[in-house]
Order: sequence, then C-alpha cells, then structure tokens
Amino acid sequence: MAIAEQPALGGIGESVLRKEDARFIRGHGNYVDDIVLPRMLHMAILRSPYAHARIRSIDTAAAEALPGVVAVVTGALLEQHKLAWMPTLSGDTQAVLATDKVRFQGQEVACVVAESKYVAEDAVGLIDVDYEPLQAVVTPQQALSPDAPIIRTDKDATDNHIYHWEAGDKAATEAAFARAARVVSLSTFYPRCHPAPLETCGCVADLDPITGQATIYMTSQAPHAHRTLFALVAGLPEEKIRVISPDIGGGFGNKVPIYPGYVVATAASLLLGRPVKWIEDRTENLISTGFARDYHMTGELALDADNRFIGLRVSLLSDNGAFFSDAQPSKFRAGLFHIVTGSYDIPAAHIVADGAYTNKAPGGVAYRCSFRVTEASYLIERLVDTAAHELGVDSAALRMRNFIQPEAFPYRSATGFEYDSGDYPRAMRVALEALGYDDLRREQAEKRARGELMGIGVASFTEVVGAGKGRDYDIVGLRMFDSAELRVHPTGKAILKLGVRSQGQGHETTFAQIVAEELGIPAADVEVKEGDTDNTPYGLGTYASRSTPVGGAATAVISRKLRDKAKQIAAHLFEADAADIEFERGRFWVKGSPDQVKTIQEIAFAAYSNIPEGMEAGLEGVHYYDPPNMTFPFGTYLVVVEVDRGTGVVKVRRMVAVDDCGVRINPMIVEGQIHGGLTEGFGIAFMELITFDPEGNCIGSTFMDYLLPTAWETPRFETLATVTPSPHHPLGAKGVGESATVGSPAAYVNAVIDALAPHGVRNIDMPVTSDKVWAALRGAGVTE
Amino acid sequence: MNVNVTVNGARRSAEAEPRTLLVDFIRTTLGLTGTHIGCDTSSCGACTVLLDGRPVKSCTLLAAQADGRNLSTVEGLADGATLHPVQEAFHTEHGLQCGFCTPGMMMVAAALLEENPNPSEEEVRWAISGNICRCTGYMNIVKAIRRAAELGVEVHSEPVSAPAAGVA
Repeated sequence: MAIAEQPALGGIGESVLRKEDARFIRGHGNYVDDIVLPRMLHMAILRSPYAHARIRSIDTAAAEALPGVVAVVTGALLEQHKLAWMPTLSGDTQAVLATDKVRFQGQEVACVVAESKYVAEDAVGLIDVDYEPLQAVVTPQQALSPDAPIIRTDKDATDNHIYHWEAGDKAATEAAFARAARVVSLSTFYPRCHPAPLETCGCVADLDPITGQATIYMTSQAPHAHRTLFALVAGLPEEKIRVISPDIGGGFGNKVPIYPGYVVATAASLLLGRPVKWIEDRTENLISTGFARDYHMTGELALDADNRFIGLRVSLLSDNGAFFSDAQPSKFRAGLFHIVTGSYDIPAAHIVADGAYTNKAPGGVAYRCSFRVTEASYLIERLVDTAAHELGVDSAALRMRNFIQPEAFPYRSATGFEYDSGDYPRAMRVALEALGYDDLRREQAEKRARGELMGIGVASFTEVVGAGKGRDYDIVGLRMFDSAELRVHPTGKAILKLGVRSQGQGHETTFAQIVAEELGIPAADVEVKEGDTDNTPYGLGTYASRSTPVGGAATAVISRKLRDKAKQIAAHLFEADAADIEFERGRFWVKGSPDQVKTIQEIAFAAYSNIPEGMEAGLEGVHYYDPPNMTFPFGTYLVVVEVDRGTGVVKVRRMVAVDDCGVRINPMIVEGQIHGGLTEGFGIAFMELITFDPEGNCIGSTFMDYLLPTAWETPRFETLATVTPSPHHPLGAKGVGESATVGSPAAYVNAVIDALAPHGVRNIDMPVTSDKVWAALRGAGVTE
Repeated sequence: MNVNVTVNGARRSAEAEPRTLLVDFIRTTLGLTGTHIGCDTSSCGACTVLLDGRPVKSCTLLAAQADGRNLSTVEGLADGATLHPVQEAFHTEHGLQCGFCTPGMMMVAAALLEENPNPSEEEVRWAISGNICRCTGYMNIVKAIRRAAELGVEVHSEPVSAPAAGVA
C-alpha cells in the first residue's frame, strides 16, 4: 500500500502528512544523546543532597584517582575562570557549581569528566563533600517571615524578597469595589509542576583548542539566543560558536534556559580539548531544571447588581526557588500574568505581585504557556465559577453576560493589552451545543436529587501569545522578532531556514505549507531547516506559542517578497508590465491571457538564467518580522465528571474543547497540539506535582512519584473549532501550541468543584487527587 | 563478558561489563540509537524493545540477560523499504510529534498486534499504558494502532512505494 495521496500543493488549510515522520518512524531521528564524536568524553554531575548547607570542603582525590577519570571540575576551578556564576534570564545570577553554599537539593556541586558515562557516575560517588546543613526555607510565606534565614548571602541580601510588581489601575479598581453589589473571592495555589519532556536536557560540547571553533549540540528551544548567551557568559567569540539544536524530544519550556551542565561541559571541552557529552537522567531533570508555576494567588471579583463584572483585584506570591531565573520578557516580573482579566469586559483591574527566594530549584519556565498566562487563566476561570456558585447562577450564562463582545475588538483591557480579535460567545455556543449542556444540567439535577455527585466544568480562556513586538518584549535585551530565509533553486525547489526551532510541532511540514500557499511551490519541494546557528537566520526561538505568530509571519512575508520578484521576472519573460501579472497557485500570466502561463519553476530557472537588465540574479531573501502586536487565541472547554462519594475518585466522562486559533495552517497538526495540551492540562489538574518536605527534600523526583498521564486514564477528547482570524498576522493565524494547557486545568477543576459545590466546597488545590476530594467530602459531611 | 544476541535477524557478539544495561548495549555498543532513554525507572517505556518477541524495558535489564536471545528494535520494524503497518499508520494518523516515545510505542503496538490482530480501543489503551507520550494525548496513537490492525494483511502482501516524505 502506498503512502496516502496528498493534494499536489499542500497549502494552508490542508492536513498534509508530516515530512519529519519518515526518520522518526524508522528510529533514525538524531537526538542529542545519539551524537557520538571521536575522542568524546562523558560528564556526570554531583548534586547536593541538602536544600541549604554551607560547603566546608570538597575532596576529589579518590574520584580523580579512578581509572578512566580525566578531570573533576569544582566551583573553585570555575571561579579561576570567572565561570562559577552565570546570569539568568531574569537578570539574576545563578551558581554554575556551588562555591559558598548549596541552595537547593539537586544543585550542581562538582562534575566528573571520564572516558565512559559509567566511570563518570562511579567517580561522582567518590567525591567527598563536607556540608554544614542550614535551615531550609520551602515556602515563599516562610521565606518572607522576618526570622527566615537569608538564602542569597552571595548578594548581600537582607531578606528573601525578589521583586514587587503591579499592573492595572489601583484607584479605579478600589472605586469599583467600593460601589460593588457583591464581591466574590478565591484563594488558590497553582502548585509546582514540571514540563518533563520525554527527552531530558543535555549537550555535546566540542571545542577545538587550535581553531577556537566551539560547536555545541544542545537541547535548545532557542539556539540563537543561547549562542549569544554563551558569547556573553563564557567570553567566547560569537562567530566561533555554533549551537546546533538537533531533533528535540519535546520541550514544553524546559529547554529554554541555559543550565549549569551546558556551561561546565563547554568549559571542560575547552580545557581538555576533547568533546564532552552531558545527558541528564530523569531525576536530575525533575529536581534541578526548569520547574513551572508555584503561584499562590488571591483573586477578588466585584459585581454589580446585574451580575456584571466591574472590577478585579489580584494579589500573588510567587515561589521562584533559589535563583530568579524565570524565562520571561525582561520588563515583566510576573510574565504576562496581567492577561488575568481573560475573556471578560472588566473595566478596572489591579494586580500586585511579589516573589520570594526559597531553597528549591530555580526555573519558573513557561510549561507549555506564554509566560504565566496559565496561572492567570486558571485564576480568573476558577474565580468566575466561584462567583456562579456564590450567586447561584449558571456558570456558562454568567460568562456569556460578561464576555467582551465581538464588535468590541480591537479591545483594550484594563491592564493594557490590546486584544486583536475574538468571538467568545460563538465559541461558547458551539461548545454548549456539542456537549448537550442543557440536557446534562438536567441530568445533574436529577443525580443531585439522588445524592450522586456529577459536575460540569466550564472555562473560556483567552491567551496572549506570539511575543514581541520587539520594542516592548525582549529576552535579556534581545528583541523578540523572528526570521525566515527562503531560497528558490533553479529547478524550482526551495530551502527555508528559520530562527525558530521545532520540538515536535511539525515545522518541517507547516512552514513548507506557508511557502506553498504564498509562492506556489509544492510543500513537498520545500525543505525546512532549523536549529543550526551557522545555517539559519537569527531568531529568538520556539516557546510561548510564537513560531506561527512570528516565524510563520516572517515566512509569509519573505514568500511574498519573492513572489513580487517572480512577477517582475514573469513580466520580463512575457514582455509585459509587472503590474499586469496575475498569480495563483504557482502560475503566473498576463491579465486577460490566462491560457499562457509561466510556472514558478520556470520563473525560478529564469531567475538564474534570463533576468531583466539591472536585476540581481537569484530568487532568495531573508525577512526579520517584528509583530505589531501579540495574538490572542481563545476557546471554551467543557468537562463533565462523576465523583464517587465514598472514595473521592473522579472520572472524566466528557471533555469538549472548542479552540479558536485563527486560521489553521495544518488542521491535523493543530488538533494534535490540542490533544497534547489537553492531556498535559489533565496531568496538571489531577496528577503532576513537584513538592517538598520541610527539609527541602524534593518529593516527585522520578516518574514513579511525578505522575504523568498514560493512555489508560487520559480522557477521550472531542475537539471543535471556530475561526476568527488575527487582523494583523499576514496569514490570520494566532498560534495554538499552548491553548489547551492554559485553558484546560480550570475546566477540569471547575467540574470537580461543581460536583461538590452544593455541599459548600469552593476550592481544592491541584492536583485534585482522590484523597483530597475525599477529605473535602468528609469535611462537608457528605461521606463518613 | 561476551554477549551474543540476534538483533533484528542478524547475529551480533560484543564485550560488555556485567553491569551494562541492555539499553546502553543497544544504543552504544550496537549503535542502534532508535531505542531511547526517558526515565531510568521503567516508567516511561521509551526504551521498549522486544526480547524473544515480548516487549521489555531495556533500561532495567542487563545486557547479560539478553545473551543468546532474540532482540527486535525499531530499526528492524520495516522490511527494507516496506514499512511495517504500525509505522505506516503512525504516519497517516499523526500518531507522533517529537518522535521520542515513538519507537517504544511502535514496538509495543507491533507485539500487541502479533498477539491480538484486532484489539479494541480499551485493549490498545491498556497495552500502551506502560509507555508515556508527552505530545499526542494518545488519541492518534490509539487510532494509529487500530488502523495498523486494519492494514495488517494488505501491507504484508503489497510492496510500498519509496519511503519518502508524506507529501507525495
């Protein structure tokens, strides 16, 4: 049987099968741990067993004496090269290898470089560190108490407070609350979780001491930005650094920061003149790299007598771990949390955010999220449901009453965002109808009368994705544009090089489809290249759902520029005026003579063989796209659960997801992204938790206790779409990779709370495990 | 010690330390990097291979335990240019995204279909419940495996065109 037939062009809107599958289904992917270089050494890291301890001494003699060990690297050695500390993405500093004290369990203390990874691990066990344990601080509330031990003694800090940040209009918000008919509040904790891509982080650093060439293969969602950071941190000349991000086994934000392991492997390769490979094991990944969330939030919603939202007040306290290394635009201390007014027309809002250091791993990455949008969406959607329960009104109807109306776009939110487009009532109506909402509410009423616990959860999220514009959004000063370079070869085949980097999103297919649509070259004939800084234009990378909004726009614009040049060449071939040239699906003709056509392939050959006098040869170009605004994907998710009143076990019966991400380039891939996000959202809502005991020991350090959804418990999803194009994106697309993780946790939790609400339960913090549900039922007197 | 295995039909012999994990033997010694390491605790299934036709997690077996036995890895799934029905269906049903769990998933699926050529959705979900995928939400993996079951007979009997990209 042949590979399924595809339409010949593979343009926008077609579910083109993925080009990248061919290697992956044969086991021929090339992930970082698959890379083997001649004379390559292996590195393993010794990590702190304590959350907070002074280092009295480190004895590496036994490790160094082990046959096969080439070097043992400590913080003291790095200090000699001014590499013991490195800058973070939030303007703080982070220890590469601890010198003075350790500040979280799992912190990097020393590294062994050896001939094999087994020997490197053996030697790690032979390093003797003398620690003086200190009191650990494991919550931000504890951290801010006056008697808390100071964590950042290296900065001469006098407390553990990191930042204070506000957004919105305080006075207007106070005024709204003063005249409110009703105020509803919710305090909730969005716990620490971890992106846990199936491939852990790692690198192979290959520095040639003679040429000075540094080639670093690394699990990087942002290879260009990482190259610049290597230049700034390690003092390596940027033109000699080549970062190659090979196939990536999932990222979800985990592969945005630079971790100490990358830096030490690079330094070791430089010092030893041999390639050095470092690959995390799963425990290292979970206890030391980019965690997410850990936000303690209180929201208050002011309503008038007609149940209209008139004000929103939020205070939040973030736990940022031992180093403030949140991966976020530099001007925003709590990311884009101020999207917290969500899908609702709330005229006044005020947010107060504070952050604290604790003796926990740093990170604060956006786990499938655009910089704290997930926390914001969770809070507002949970708060609206709380209001519905308090007021005794239907949660869908309360949302309908308060949605920003379709004619109000572009809409300026109370916290300063300009929403590009949306039709929230339509997405809600499509979802309600698909679910059979009214019938289920009737069923719920009957079940309640019988004492059964059934809940229907609603969430109507709005995201903000696709940063920049560059003037407002930057990562360590680098403006958040992105780029595309397109070259059409004489035979009419093309190569497209991008500044973004897929981690499974299918860029090799979707970006080829954009070129197919705009230039008429079949997607099959467009080779997409990413991840190699020597061979792709500079870009900020793939996270925050920005590939399609920014990189996709760059691809559309450069395709159109080449199309304009192709028209001039066509005019030359037809001996006509370029203004009279028509174009459709790769065919050019003179207005009025549609039977005489030149194909893009013929034009491409002419670009190298027969161009008008004075024109530059070739058909290629590069475009750096700075978006005029961000995009605002949205949707409505509905969840139906049954809760067992005896055991607290929650069963998800239905999950209906209506997503509006604007124009869909490849509907098959979009749907796959949504399935994945709904599953990660399910995991966060019910299973995934990184927590700590009072001594700061990480509980959740393997996949035996950091629980991820399997096929067995994951619900079956019913996915639907509405399409409201973005008015400012060249293709009308908005980005979709994160919508489902942002929107779904509130829908799942709202469903459970809805089941328990008649018994007065208003909140259960995630993950909503059966023991917590059982405790809530017991507290409410529902079960013995 | 010397470890003798038949890998994807070919006899291989190599030295290994007694403590060498089977997954390291496969990836490093035999150079078959299609088998991946995801967790080290036999929780995720990225390292799944078939040992005498049965799925095992090669991160928690020793290479020595495979001595004298038959190993099948993802590299042996296709018959030359002819894709195994499971590979074919993972492609057409969009059953993979980042591709990291895919080899392990496909090996489990292939073993399932050998044993049960027409599994129900529940049976498929149970069979792959020892394998974690972070990207797909399993919907399309389940669809792919059921599609592979349908393809089973015809794929084995018909040659496949060149195994190029999905866009033809």
